[in-house]
Amino acid sequence: MNTSLSWIKAYVPDLDVTAQEYTDAMTLSGTKVEGFEELDADLEKIVIGQIDKIEKHPDADKLVVCQVNVGSETVQIVTGAKNVFEGAKVPVVLDGGRVAGGHEPGQRVAGGIKIKKGKLRGVESYGMMCSIEELGSDTNMYPEAPENGIYIFPEDAEVGADAIKALGRDDVVFEYEITSNRVDCYSVVGIAREAAATFGKKFCPPVVTETGNGEDVNDYVKVTVENTELCPRYCARVVKNIKIGPSPEWMQRRLASVGIRPINNLVDITNYVMEEYGQPMHAYDLDTIVDRHIVVKNAQDGEKFITLDGQEREMDKDVLMICDGEKAIGIAGIMGGENSMITDDVKTMLFEAACFDGVNIRKSSKRVGLRTDASGKFEKGLDPNNAKAAIDRACQLIEEMGAGEVVGGTVDVYSKVKEPVRVPFDADKINAMLGTDLSEEQMLAYFEKIDLGYDPETKEVIAPTFRHDLFRIADLAEEVARFYGYDNIPTTLPSGEATAGKLSFKLRIEQIARDIAEFCGFSEGMSYSFESPKVFDKLLIPADSELRRTVDIMNPLGEDYSVMRTVSLNGMLTSLATNYNRRNKNVRLYELGNIYLPKQLPLTELPEERMQFTLGMYGDGDFFTMKGVVEEFFEKIGMKQRETYDPNAGKPYLHPGRQANIIYDGKVVGYLGEVHPEVADTYGIGERAYVAVIDMPEILEYATFDRKYEGIAKYPAVSRDISMVVPKEILVGQIEDVIAAKGGKYLESFALFDLYEGAQIKDGYKSVAYTIVFRAKDRTLEEADVSAAMEKILKALEEMEIELRK
Amino acid sequence: MKDRLDQIKKDALAQIEAADALEKLNDVKVKYLGKKGELTAVLKSMKDVAPEDRPKVGQMVNETRAVIEEMLEATKTKMEKAIREEKLKQEVIDVTLPSKKSSVGHRHPNNIALEEVERIFVGMGYEVVEGPEVEYDLYNFEKLNIPADHPAKDEQDTFYINKDIVLRTQTSPVQARVMEQGKLPIRMIAPGRVFRSDEVDATHSPSFHQIEGLVIDKNVSFSDLKGTLEEFAKELFGPETKTKFRPHHFPFTEPSAEVDVSCFKCGGKGCRFCKGSGWIEILGCGMVHPHVLEMCGIDPEEYTGFAFGVGLERIALLKYEIDDMRLLYENDIRFLKQF
Repeated sequence: MNTSLSWIKAYVPDLDVTAQEYTDAMTLSGTKVEGFEELDADLEKIVIGQIDKIEKHPDADKLVVCQVNVGSETVQIVTGAKNVFEGAKVPVVLDGGRVAGGHEPGQRVAGGIKIKKGKLRGVESYGMMCSIEELGSDTNMYPEAPENGIYIFPEDAEVGADAIKALGRDDVVFEYEITSNRVDCYSVVGIAREAAATFGKKFCPPVVTETGNGEDVNDYVKVTVENTELCPRYCARVVKNIKIGPSPEWMQRRLASVGIRPINNLVDITNYVMEEYGQPMHAYDLDTIVDRHIVVKNAQDGEKFITLDGQEREMDKDVLMICDGEKAIGIAGIMGGENSMITDDVKTMLFEAACFDGVNIRKSSKRVGLRTDASGKFEKGLDPNNAKAAIDRACQLIEEMGAGEVVGGTVDVYSKVKEPVRVPFDADKINAMLGTDLSEEQMLAYFEKIDLGYDPETKEVIAPTFRHDLFRIADLAEEVARFYGYDNIPTTLPSGEATAGKLSFKLRIEQIARDIAEFCGFSEGMSYSFESPKVFDKLLIPADSELRRTVDIMNPLGEDYSVMRTVSLNGMLTSLATNYNRRNKNVRLYELGNIYLPKQLPLTELPEERMQFTLGMYGDGDFFTMKGVVEEFFEKIGMKQRETYDPNAGKPYLHPGRQANIIYDGKVVGYLGEVHPEVADTYGIGERAYVAVIDMPEILEYATFDRKYEGIAKYPAVSRDISMVVPKEILVGQIEDVIAAKGGKYLESFALFDLYEGAQIKDGYKSVAYTIVFRAKDRTLEEADVSAAMEKILKALEEMEIELRK
Repeated sequence: MKDRLDQIKKDALAQIEAADALEKLNDVKVKYLGKKGELTAVLKSMKDVAPEDRPKVGQMVNETRAVIEEMLEATKTKMEKAIREEKLKQEVIDVTLPSKKSSVGHRHPNNIALEEVERIFVGMGYEVVEGPEVEYDLYNFEKLNIPADHPAKDEQDTFYINKDIVLRTQTSPVQARVMEQGKLPIRMIAPGRVFRSDEVDATHSPSFHQIEGLVIDKNVSFSDLKGTLEEFAKELFGPETKTKFRPHHFPFTEPSAEVDVSCFKCGGKGCRFCKGSGWIEILGCGMVHPHVLEMCGIDPEEYTGFAFGVGLERIALLKYEIDDMRLLYENDIRFLKQF
């Protein structure tokens, strides 16, 4: 929504503020000004001059030398313009002045162009005569201005007067952000009311007088509203003996100031009242209306209709139509029809100001694929009481401008009259809500400023129907707050009982995951929760996999963002690939993000959101580096048991021989491995890449912040080394399982210290060596204690066909 | 005997003095004090001394021994010190050579900003809670006073899973979920991912993060909201930060406000960063709408509250002067390493 300052001043005559003051104060009272443009920002020293004499330039065929009376003096100006003539009154920028741009449309120059006296082909020139483009506008907004020529003022223009003012360029245009609750502010009158209240000035809205001749409009037209839900009010008036012509200059200037191109008096009046009152109207050629009968009813499914822009459009049964005795003549609230539009030969016109259901207009506008200024206003939900006021205002302007003869009376089909809302008023409650200490009188004074009524008998505030956002005390509190000033409300802190600030256990564990990942050199990435369904093929996930059962978005931005991820790897691999592509070396990334697993399809309840701790890397490091990160993390969150690894993880996107499920307390809590070379190729990662994914909900069951001091060992440990020749297919994990199981109560730790395959070892075998450490808490171990444990371990190992090297 | 001991002492001290290495010192020690050393030999020859003289001779031997030992020790200490000094001299390094860093990873700027915000509010007694990212329309809209066909529903460009389930467009549904549980008072913040169908560009992303705040208690007022957010802004952007509350409209709060903070780049004078205004908009807030309270089973006559919502990316972009939102989701290590 835009308004010019001069238009606001038309209703708030005492308003005297700078553009910046207006912007700041209006924003703080709730009518947010997004910005403003001073139309004369780049215009300086421009007056109305009259050309006294035109002579040929001695040295240039295309130039003429003019003597121009600029009021105080006569100056010589050389020009190349073709449309100048002796006696013409023109805008003249004097020596040292500025214009907004070049003389072609759209040639505006930031800061304007300085004009200095100089010589043109040897002849002195003391200024410049201006085109409308040089004055920062164009012929759309000033239709009387010539194309490619100097602007010519009417004969009655005052020589020497300020040309900027005469053209209405001494104005500021404000752009507002109007919130959806303040439909009344989508009108100049509505904003002017706020401005008057904000600055404490008198508000003088247009005074609409009785209009119309002695005839009765009911003799001209009949209106039937079949769907009163979608059209609560329909007002029609008739204007005959129409004289189409230009609208007066003041109206053209006001329309131009908010970017509406003046056309002719009828169109301009309609547009003007739409801006002024916020009420769209439509004009029909009454002679095209069959039976002179307007019927408001729903369209048929599939009905075709040609709108006045010449486009054929298809309706459905929810679209409301304006019809005559036999056919549709307009889409209600959106656009009129070609078949009933006003032409230059129009004699009698039907004026429509109606109120349509906002939601229906919005939906219809989407369905028909046509959004207009009118539909944009209607869809916000207009006040039916404004319709009558607006149509009377329009008729008043028609009479004032002599654009036609208004027929007396209005056909007004108003099924359910909208009454003002009464809101109980309680100053104490408002003060409690705001933390203020204002008197009842102060509050009532604020209400009065914005035309809210008050019934002292019932202590109720009466909200006029244009304020459809006031229902309860909280709404009144906001009105008080914005005119008292949000800035003036004190600042305090909540005083209630103290509460403990904290993070949930889950969030604390996630923070540790971040810390550990970062200690290990991984940086945090973030990727989208939705991705392409093609991801599953990229990850070689089989067609019948559960992972392909996804939560799908009905209206995605595109296929690439259409399914909620069920596996967290795609984002990670994509990020690794991005880095690889950009030649970043040794990249380590992690992400904490959800996957979304449907409990059933189609979805009837929310999917399960499982937080995944995903790590990925390429460059320095290998499978075991990744494994180390996992174990560091588990240790840090109090998971003290030994995790085991099952190579049969069955992950199709990982290297078949280099992957494992991570098992803790018998449960799979995640997996890790090298990215399958085919998958790495698909993503474009040209090195071995490793990933680990930890399923956080599983981990949370085991994680704990409880720690117990176990004492520092006082008695010496006894260690034994064993060296074995082991069939290749036996995993060291299996050996460790045996040591852990058979080591007995004194077993403290064990560690692999040698692994060898090759020359001295027979085919199909490997050499493995462990150090096993025993210790008792309460005494020095005897040889016998250790030997007994070792014997059990060795026996069990031998049963696995492991050969001990003595 | 005395002469012999004097001679030994004289010889030993001379040799100690002449020694130029620890080994030679040791040789002296062995030669005079060792098991086969000269002093030991003297002791061994005591049997030839008259018994009545033996204590006296013994004492003389011990004295001689003590003198030599003392001299040996002093010389050794001196020599060791000289050797250490020589070693230290040789071990001088060029301290300006490059460091050896273990390459620690970096937090995502979003999360650095989030943890900062969490720290501030946890300090003020707020609990950090979470809610589902795939959410019922009921919580995302209806319970927040945005009924079906409300224009705000269009404005938010919602991703739908089906007519009842959406990708949440805001973190505000967590408000309704927490209020419904009926445990009062409430002081919470709810950070998390939200989704809107905006095409990706420098300032938009279909997936971003918000932090919702909610306080419900008896006698909570708009002035409490102002005080709380003023405190927050000062903590986050520095103690000089000023805040400006502007009236605004949100369906689930009344009165509502948008909050600007004085530009932390120019301090409010106006610069390119704040587009000349001196102010930067950072959040929306307001008093919880009484109808929202009612829908969640809280009596608005007894309890009031305030709520606010901050865009996390907005904070991160502002605070770290990141000029393109897409950088946040590309995960280029050269970007991430800067935080």
